[in-house]
Amino acid sequence: MTDTISFKLNDKPVRLKVDGDRPLLWVLRTDLGLTGTKYGCGEGHCGSCTVLLNQRATRSCLLKIKDIKDKEVVTIEGLAKDGKLHPMQKAFMEHDGLQCGYCTPGMILAAVSLLKFNPQPTEQQINQGMEQNFCRCGAQTRIVQAIQAAAAEMKGSR
Amino acid sequence: MNTNDYLAANFRDIHGFEDFYTQSRREFFKRTGGGILVFIALNDLLFGQEEAGRPRGGRPGLPSDFNAFLRIGEDGRVTCFTGKIEMGQGPITSLPQMLAEELETPLDTVDIVMGDTDLCPWDMGTFGSMTTRMFGPALQAAAAEAKVVLLELAAEALKVPQAQLVAKDGVIFDPQNPKSRMTYGQLAKGQKIERHLQTKPALKDPTRYKIAGQPHTRRDAEVKVTGKALYSADIRVPGMLYARILRPPAHGAKLKSVDTAPAREIAGVQVVQDGDLVAVLHEFPDVAETALGKIKAEFDVPEATVDDKNIFDHLLSVAPAANVLNQGGDLDDGKKLAAKKFESTYLNSYVAHSAMETHAALAQIEGDKATVWASTQNPFGARDQIAQAIGLPAEKIRVITPFVGGGFGGKTNNAEAVEAARLAKAVGKPVHVMWTREEEFFFDTFRPAAVVKINSGVDGSGKMAFWDYDVFFAGDRGAQQFYTVPNHRTAAHGGGWGGTKGSHPLATGAWRAPGNNTNTFARESQIDIMAAGAGFDPVVFRLNNLSDARMVRVLKAAAEHFGWTPAKAPSKRGYGVSCGIDAGTYVAAIAEVAVDAARGTVQVKRVVCAQDMGVVINPEGAKIQMEGCITMGLGYALTEEVHFKGGRVLDTNYDTYEIPRFSWVPKIETVLIKNNATAPQGGGEPAIILMGALIANAIHDATGARLFQLPMMPDRVKAAIQKV
Repeated sequence: MTDTISFKLNDKPVRLKVDGDRPLLWVLRTDLGLTGTKYGCGEGHCGSCTVLLNQRATRSCLLKIKDIKDKEVVTIEGLAKDGKLHPMQKAFMEHDGLQCGYCTPGMILAAVSLLKFNPQPTEQQINQGMEQNFCRCGAQTRIVQAIQAAAAEMKGSR
Repeated sequence: MNTNDYLAANFRDIHGFEDFYTQSRREFFKRTGGGILVFIALNDLLFGQEEAGRPRGGRPGLPSDFNAFLRIGEDGRVTCFTGKIEMGQGPITSLPQMLAEELETPLDTVDIVMGDTDLCPWDMGTFGSMTTRMFGPALQAAAAEAKVVLLELAAEALKVPQAQLVAKDGVIFDPQNPKSRMTYGQLAKGQKIERHLQTKPALKDPTRYKIAGQPHTRRDAEVKVTGKALYSADIRVPGMLYARILRPPAHGAKLKSVDTAPAREIAGVQVVQDGDLVAVLHEFPDVAETALGKIKAEFDVPEATVDDKNIFDHLLSVAPAANVLNQGGDLDDGKKLAAKKFESTYLNSYVAHSAMETHAALAQIEGDKATVWASTQNPFGARDQIAQAIGLPAEKIRVITPFVGGGFGGKTNNAEAVEAARLAKAVGKPVHVMWTREEEFFFDTFRPAAVVKINSGVDGSGKMAFWDYDVFFAGDRGAQQFYTVPNHRTAAHGGGWGGTKGSHPLATGAWRAPGNNTNTFARESQIDIMAAGAGFDPVVFRLNNLSDARMVRVLKAAAEHFGWTPAKAPSKRGYGVSCGIDAGTYVAAIAEVAVDAARGTVQVKRVVCAQDMGVVINPEGAKIQMEGCITMGLGYALTEEVHFKGGRVLDTNYDTYEIPRFSWVPKIETVLIKNNATAPQGGGEPAIILMGALIANAIHDATGARLFQLPMMPDRVKAAIQKV
C-alpha cells in the first residue's frame, strides 16, 4: 500500500510515495541512495544501522517508514554542517576510532546521541551508552577515547 | 587516487589503464602518457615465501612474473597498484608510508589502488599477516629501484654525476648547487621507462625512517566518518536488482520441491531458478525479502548425528594419523627424568568470523565482460570462481574490491560473488546479493572445532623434562613449542581447516591467526599447570625454560610493564600470563581478571601486551591492531561458540551469539619492542593467539579452577570452580 510520507532528512524536507511498512534502513539505502547507514543484523542487536530520530539514536532496521512521519532523521551523511565535520567525526579520525569502518556511522551517531543527553559522561556511562553498538575489529578502546575527546571539545554545546 | 575516490569517480579518469592487459605495452604507454613503471615479482629469489609456487600473472599481454608495480606519472604523483585489500587492518596507510619512505617523496604524493583485478597484478589474497611482512619489502624494493631510475635521469639532464645527487621530498638536487634540481614529475615527463626488478636493491636503514615508523592519520578515516566510504553493498548501477536467495534449513539438505508462484504475485518480483539456486529479485531488497517469505519449499534433510556436544569425540574418532612436525631427544628418557607429569586435553568449539559487514556483491554483465564488486579477501580467487560459474574466460571478469567491512579470514570463499554473477547472467541485469546475518552464520567458514592432547613433565629443579603434543584439526600454525625441553614431540592430526572427509559437519576456514589460537591456548595453559605443579611462579617458570632471546625479551617487557611480582598460582590476585609466536612476531601478555564465582562470569580488568614485530612501519597502526586482537580475542575466550544440531546452525544472530562489547573491554596497555634487526613481521593477528590461555591462567590464579575448554562460558567456569 502506497502512502505519502513527509519527514525531515538531514535538515531537508522529504516527501516520499512509498509503502509505509517498508523499513527505514532500506528506504534510506535504496530509494534515497544514502548508503552510509549500514545493515548489520536486521534485528536491532548490533547498531550498524543507527540513525538519529528527533536527535535520539534509533535502529533504522526496526523502524517502518510510516513511523517517522513528520519527524526529523539525521544520517551520517547529514552530520557535517557546511562542509565542517562534526566534532565527533573529527574525534573518531584523530583518535583512530575505526578500523574497517563498517560500524563507524552507527557508532558516531550513537555517540552524538549519548552526549546530547549526557554531555559529560563517565567512562562507565560511555560503555553503557555504547554497549549495543558492536565493533568486530576491536576498536572500542579508541572509540571511548574519541567520545571523551569530543565531549571535552563540545563542552555540552550540542 | 585512492580506492574510494576512484570507486566514486566510476573509473572515468583512469580508463587509460583499462586495456593495459590486452594491449601491447607500447600502446599502454601511449594511453597513459608515459612515466616510469617498476614491476616487481615476489619470487623466491627476491623475497621468499609468499607467492612461491603459485601461478602468476596469466593475462595476455601481461609482463610476465610480477605481482606489483608502481608508476611515477608526469605530474609527479606515484601510484601503487596492489591486489591486497583494505578491511580495517590499515595497508591503505602503511603501504604508501613504506613506498614514500623508500622513494623519498612526500606521503601525500602517493596514491594506492587496491584489489582491482583489471588494474592490479595478481595476488594470492590478503591474509596471514603477509601484507607488510612480505608484500611491503617488495614494494620498498620497487621504490628503491624507481629512485635509481630517477637519479640516472637527473644525472643526465642536469649533467651532474649521479653520486653527487640527492633525492628528497620528490625532488632530485645537487647539494653543491641547489639550483640544479628537478622534480620527479619533470623527470618522468616524456619518459616511457619500464624496469623489472632483478636483484633486491639496497633498502634504507630503518633508523633513518622519517615517514615510516611514524603515526599517520588513516587515509580512509575521513570517508569512513562521513559515510562516504563505499563497501560492496553500497555500489549502485542503473537497473540493478536486489536478490534474496532460498536457503536450505540444514547443511546437506536437498531441495525436494518448490512453489515460487506466490512470490511472483508481488509486483516487480522476478524469480530465478537455476538448479539449486532459487532466488527472488526486486528493485528493493526488502520487497525481495517479503517475496522470499512467500516461496513454499520442501527439503530432504539428511539425518545428522554430530552436534556441538559430541563433536570432540567425533573428531577424535575420525582423526587422521599423526604428522610429526618436530621431535628430539627421547620421550621415555624424559618421563624417567620427570618428577611430576601432567596429562591434559584441551577443547575449542567452532567460532564464527562475524564481520559486521555480511558478504555482499554486485555483478554486472555487459556483452562478454562481467564486472563484480565483492567483499572479498582474495579478488583474484573470486575472479576465477566467477569465470567458472558463468562460463566466461577469467580475463573477461573484473573483480573490484571496495572497502571490506571486516574479514578475519572469513571472506575468501566468494560464494556471494558467484551467486550475484549467476543471477546477473540469468536475468540480464545487474544483481546485488547481500547475505543476511542468518545466512552469514549458516554459510560461514568457521574456525574449526579442535582438540589438543598434551603429556608433559617437569624435573625436580623446575626444568621441562618432556613434551608430547598432539593437535587434532587445528593445524600446525603455532603448534611448535619454543621452550627448551630436551625430549619432545609435536604432531598434528589433520590440517588447519577443511579437515578430512567426514570430519567437520560445518564448513571451516581460516580465522584470524588460524590454528594458533587453539595451539597457544593449549600450550600456555599446560605451561601454567606445570609451573603451578612444580611450585613456581608462572613467569619465572617460563623464563627458566626459555632460551630464545626474542621471547625472553618480550616476556620480560610485559612483566615489567605490568609490575609483575612473583607468586605461585593460585595467588588469588587473578593474574595470568601467556606468550606465543605468530606470523614472525613474538607476543607476550599479562592480564588481571575478576571472577564472580557465584555467576561464573569473568571481567578482564587489564591487559598488558608486549610485541616484537621487527621493524615497525606504523607504530600507532600496530598498537591498534594489538588492541583489536585483545578485544576480539575476548570473544573466543569467553562466549563465542557456534551451536548446531542435525545440520542446523542454532545461532542465527547476535541474540545468542555474543561478541565482545564495550563493557567487556579491559584497560589495554601495549608495548612495542624496538627491534630494527628484524624485517617487518605480521601485526594483524599475533596478539589474538594469547587470549584463551591468558584468561584461563588468570581465572586459575583467581580461583584455583582450571578451564580446559573454550569458550569459558559461565556454566563452565562455575563447574570448574566446583571441582576445586
